[in-house]
Amino acid sequence: MSKDDQILEEFASKEYEHGWTVDFEADSAPPGLNEDIVRFISAKKEEPEWLLEWRLKAYRNWRKMKEPKWANVHYPKPDFENIIYYSAPKAKDKPKSLDEVDPEMRKTFERLGISLTEQKRLTGVAVDAVMDSVSVGTTFKKQLGELGIIFCSFSEAVKEHPELVKKYIGSVVPSNDNFYAALNSAVFSDGSFCYIPKGVRCPVELSTYFRINAANTGQFERTLIVAEDDSYVSYLEGCTAPMRDENQLHAAVVEIYAAKNAEVKYSTVQNWYPGDKNGKGGIYNFVTKRGICAGDYAKIAWTQVETGSAVTWKYPSCILKGDYSQGEFYSVAVTNNMQQADTGTKMIHIGKNTKSRIVSKGVSGGKSQNSYRGLVEIHKRAENSRNFSQCDSLLMGDKCGAHTFPYIEIKNSSAQVEHEATTSKIGEDQIFYCQQRGIDEESAVALIVNGYCKEVLNNLPMEFAVEAQKLLALTLEGSVG
Amino acid sequence: MSKLIKEDIDKFFIGQFEAFENSLNGESKKPLHAKRKQAIENFKSDGFPHAKNEEYKYSNIAKTFGKLFNVENLSDDNFSLSLDEATRYFIPELDAIRLVFVNGVLDNKLSDIDTLPKGVHIQVIKTAADDYAEDFEKHFNTHEIEGADNFSELNTAFTKGGVFVKIDANAVVETPIACYYFNDAKNSDVISQPRNLVIAEKNSQASLIESYVTLGENTSFTNAVTEIVVKDDCVFNYYKYQNESNQAIQVGATMVHQLGKSVFNGVTLSLNGAMLRNNLNIAIHKEHSETNMYGLYLLDGKTHVDNHTVVDHKVPNCESNEMYKGILDGQSRGVFNGKIFVRQDAQKTNAFQSNRNVVLSDDAEVDTKPQLEIWADDVQCSHGATVGQLDLDQLFYLRARGIDKQTAKSMLLNAFASDVLSNIKIEAFRTLIENKINERL
Repeated sequence: MSKDDQILEEFASKEYEHGWTVDFEADSAPPGLNEDIVRFISAKKEEPEWLLEWRLKAYRNWRKMKEPKWANVHYPKPDFENIIYYSAPKAKDKPKSLDEVDPEMRKTFERLGISLTEQKRLTGVAVDAVMDSVSVGTTFKKQLGELGIIFCSFSEAVKEHPELVKKYIGSVVPSNDNFYAALNSAVFSDGSFCYIPKGVRCPVELSTYFRINAANTGQFERTLIVAEDDSYVSYLEGCTAPMRDENQLHAAVVEIYAAKNAEVKYSTVQNWYPGDKNGKGGIYNFVTKRGICAGDYAKIAWTQVETGSAVTWKYPSCILKGDYSQGEFYSVAVTNNMQQADTGTKMIHIGKNTKSRIVSKGVSGGKSQNSYRGLVEIHKRAENSRNFSQCDSLLMGDKCGAHTFPYIEIKNSSAQVEHEATTSKIGEDQIFYCQQRGIDEESAVALIVNGYCKEVLNNLPMEFAVEAQKLLALTLEGSVG
Repeated sequence: MSKLIKEDIDKFFIGQFEAFENSLNGESKKPLHAKRKQAIENFKSDGFPHAKNEEYKYSNIAKTFGKLFNVENLSDDNFSLSLDEATRYFIPELDAIRLVFVNGVLDNKLSDIDTLPKGVHIQVIKTAADDYAEDFEKHFNTHEIEGADNFSELNTAFTKGGVFVKIDANAVVETPIACYYFNDAKNSDVISQPRNLVIAEKNSQASLIESYVTLGENTSFTNAVTEIVVKDDCVFNYYKYQNESNQAIQVGATMVHQLGKSVFNGVTLSLNGAMLRNNLNIAIHKEHSETNMYGLYLLDGKTHVDNHTVVDHKVPNCESNEMYKGILDGQSRGVFNGKIFVRQDAQKTNAFQSNRNVVLSDDAEVDTKPQLEIWADDVQCSHGATVGQLDLDQLFYLRARGIDKQTAKSMLLNAFASDVLSNIKIEAFRTLIENKINERL
């Protein structure tokens, strides 16, 4: 390219930056990230000015940040300039009821076992299905509406309840919290918003199924749950993704705000494509999840079953600010083949008489690496705080690894903190016992692993627990012998 | 005096090295000096570890050094300590092979090494590099070990006045070797960097005690490294005792290479200092070895003690046990990080670790991080960490029987500490520690 052409090119693109009148046919933004992409996403979603400013601020912070390197995972760095930050499935109009949902799309969901209609009729779970960044259907909205519960997609919430969103967005995970949270804050496409008013006990379990669809699309959901005084909600999130050869980036943010006496249960089953046996492909799962017990006697419980993703980097945390507040974390992380997981929690005790409990069970097979990394921090004013942590690792095969990095920081003398961890393999005698009774080796392993994880699985809602058990067995397939 | 930042400190030490190099007339051609030069080059890459370094997250030595240390008022080497004064700091009634170091350099007059038991060889490291050239080539700074850092490099660069100890094969040395490190901070600040190499040959048994003392009110900075090579069928006991002045900054690395199937017992006792950092790095190279590590830190005032331990299981069928206990009062801070590595080949490893803390004051802080990294499946590993306070029920039990609060407290704390103290096998030494603890409680 001659110099003249270069100048011309630069000049041309400059004008382009300011205009933003160009329409993308495929409803996708071009790959790469700059302020214009952020503006484009915001414009596409018809967002108010303050939200755009908020995104831009996050974007500018993100530019200054560096990718974190401390996690015990190794992977080729995602090329942030080569990701499409926004893509919406083609839909002519916004569907008003389930019948209007694109039949093709509903078929995909059905294959994944999340038929909206079935879910609605049989299980009584209200599903807000997110498919590639745009919410395609919300069920049970009416019933919930009668109780004053708001459960909708994030973009809808921005339009209909801007005052709530404005008040709580970024209040738990600030937009400059970390590299991936900043990225998410700049380009988040959609997600779920949930608001439980004062004194309301949500009668059904709220559930969102995420699914990654179009190739080369990063998913940047944002979930915000606000539970007012004396309310209760149980929230489920489940993930599945089809086979894909390229690494996909997934950087979600979940924020939970629990006011006085409120209780929030957040359960996740994560089963994204982990890549093939040689570690090719698979999802990068870099998620920031944090809840704050802002009021006294508030309670937040995280339960997670992590079986998928090539690389997981996830620490659902609780800030126990209110006196007598409680945080719980139950986790099963299973890695197989070439998967890598670095997961755990942070319990930050600020209020007096706060309690937290951590139960983490890691299972690693194949050539996978599984790390627990947790922080228990007792602040100076957090009198009579109590923490119990247990993190066990199970190793299956001699090429995998299990690592624990628990950080315990105590600044108050009345705190009681206990941490224990063990690492071992499945006892040969246990397998022998099962085999002797006619259970083949593979089923025996599944049985033992299920028993080992029971403490965590028990904390899952019924439907999830069944699914999680199947997932465990499936993930460990072929890891024996 | 202005506060030094990391860059100044790096520059200062590199400048010190140049001065040190110039003072070594005629030595610069020797192999030992090549090692020093290599080490300072390695040190230059990243300099003094700072708080961004994960291993120094809780112990910002660069900051403390910058704050407390005055590089313009350094003591010279002309320091004489009378035997009478030194004796006050010796372990009472201990029959030992006594080595006394002043500012990191062996002092022959104060030491008691004229008649050594059979099978024990002791020499200043500088001359030993020539006399025991073969051992040096094989073992001095040659074994790679997890946990070595830029402080160790810095120490290697300044290798001068430490000692070389060799225990001959089949020698069972009953008398412990006691090393007393004195820092003279009476008139000025002082840096000492003792570097020792201990080799225990096949089927030998020996004990080593290291004790650190700073005299005077000025700041001392000790950066010590002791390398211990343990060969087949050896039993080696190692004790480290720190009852330093309030102005003492110390980084002490003990690197143990269990080259043969052997037993290594280590006990680390920290009572006082400004900032004490202990790196106990152990690599197990041969099957059927056993490693035991015990530690007690009893802190008050503003003392900051950081114990970092590494056990690297490289081979199958070994066992390691670790127990560190802390009692924290005042504004003290206790940091613990215990790493257990179990490599892929190290099947049938048993590794246990525990860190327990009692916090007595609201201003004290505990940061503990027990860490397991395991790549082998047929292993049994566990770790536990607790932080709490004295059990009120137990206190009540004692007080209901007419024991006053202070005595009851001290009884319970003594019991808490006794798990560690019972592993001190040298009686005179154990008595001293018990007395010190009783004084404190």
